[in-house]
Amino acid sequence: MSLISDTSTAPIISVAGPGDYIALLKPRVMSLVVYTAIAGVLIAPSGLNPILAFAALLAITVGAGASGALNMWYDADIDAIMRRTSKRPIPIGRITESEALAFGLTLSALSVFTLGVVANWLAASLLAFTIFFYVVIYSMWLKRATPQNIVIGGAAGAFPPVVAYAAVTGSVSLSSLALFALIFIWTPPHFWALALVKSGEYAKAGIPMLPNVAGPDRTRRDILLYSVVLAPIGMLPWFMGFATIAYGLLSAGLGLAFLALAVQVYRVRTGEIADKVAMKLFSFSILYLFLLFAELIGERTLMLLNIVHLS
Amino acid sequence: MIVDPNDKGIVLTPEQKKSRSQRNIAIGIAIGFFVVLFYVVTIAKLGPGVLDRPL
Repeated sequence: MSLISDTSTAPIISVAGPGDYIALLKPRVMSLVVYTAIAGVLIAPSGLNPILAFAALLAITVGAGASGALNMWYDADIDAIMRRTSKRPIPIGRITESEALAFGLTLSALSVFTLGVVANWLAASLLAFTIFFYVVIYSMWLKRATPQNIVIGGAAGAFPPVVAYAAVTGSVSLSSLALFALIFIWTPPHFWALALVKSGEYAKAGIPMLPNVAGPDRTRRDILLYSVVLAPIGMLPWFMGFATIAYGLLSAGLGLAFLALAVQVYRVRTGEIADKVAMKLFSFSILYLFLLFAELIGERTLMLLNIVHLS
Repeated sequence: MIVDPNDKGIVLTPEQKKSRSQRNIAIGIAIGFFVVLFYVVTIAKLGPGVLDRPL
């Protein structure tokens, strides 16, 4: 008798390549994280050695990737149902759930440890909390339990500038919290605009997104409310004195444009045009955040080089 | 335990072999990068202090 007699229990041999593991890290989310974290580093009053800043940003980015892998491990069942996510490595069978779990946990531990050693343990604790918040609070609990899932879960995406600021200064300040507030308030209208169009997909997967629980009308109203709050919050860096008037004017203009699109989404409710307007707001919301952070990163870099001064 | 001399065990397909070697290379590069990163960070943190030690 041989030890392995039943061929059906033969081990599954992986055909996953490095590209599949990179996909598990959600590279697009990682790029947003590194982008906002750079702003967190640059708004810090004290400078950080560029090598240490690079290592800290790398640790934060890998930590974000690790939480993406853990999210894909937990959400593999619903990812397989939704068209947008059905091509992810686990649903298509290139990576097993346990491989994704091991990969995510290993990278989480490594990234937190690296940030602790390179920067400080406050930043490392904040990174660990961010991973915990995204995986346990958002993915495991809120996402499938409440239509307010992305309102609270959005905090996970808003933490990177706070972590990055803490890596440089060893503290949390109002300026880093202002960037947290900006991303936090930006997240719900951004996702709800998409959810308005894709509500059928979310319903099929059993995720209680606002449009398929409270209805599209309530979603449109909430998008508008958040946009009203977002416009002044987007201007906070200028109000608080860590961005120039150029940022102030840009954030005012973009905030008003965001609001105008939200009003359009609120008013146009039926037909194909309603979907188009919602998708327009979704695309614009990405541009909004990109431009605000680009301006902030640009002017803070110029200040570092002594080319531009505040006030 | 009787071992069948003709049993070659698990034989990998060319695709499995290729992806395994790609994974190994990626892990090698990642570990190499990690070592270099920690070396550079150590130098950056200690600075001139690297040379400042009792003989």
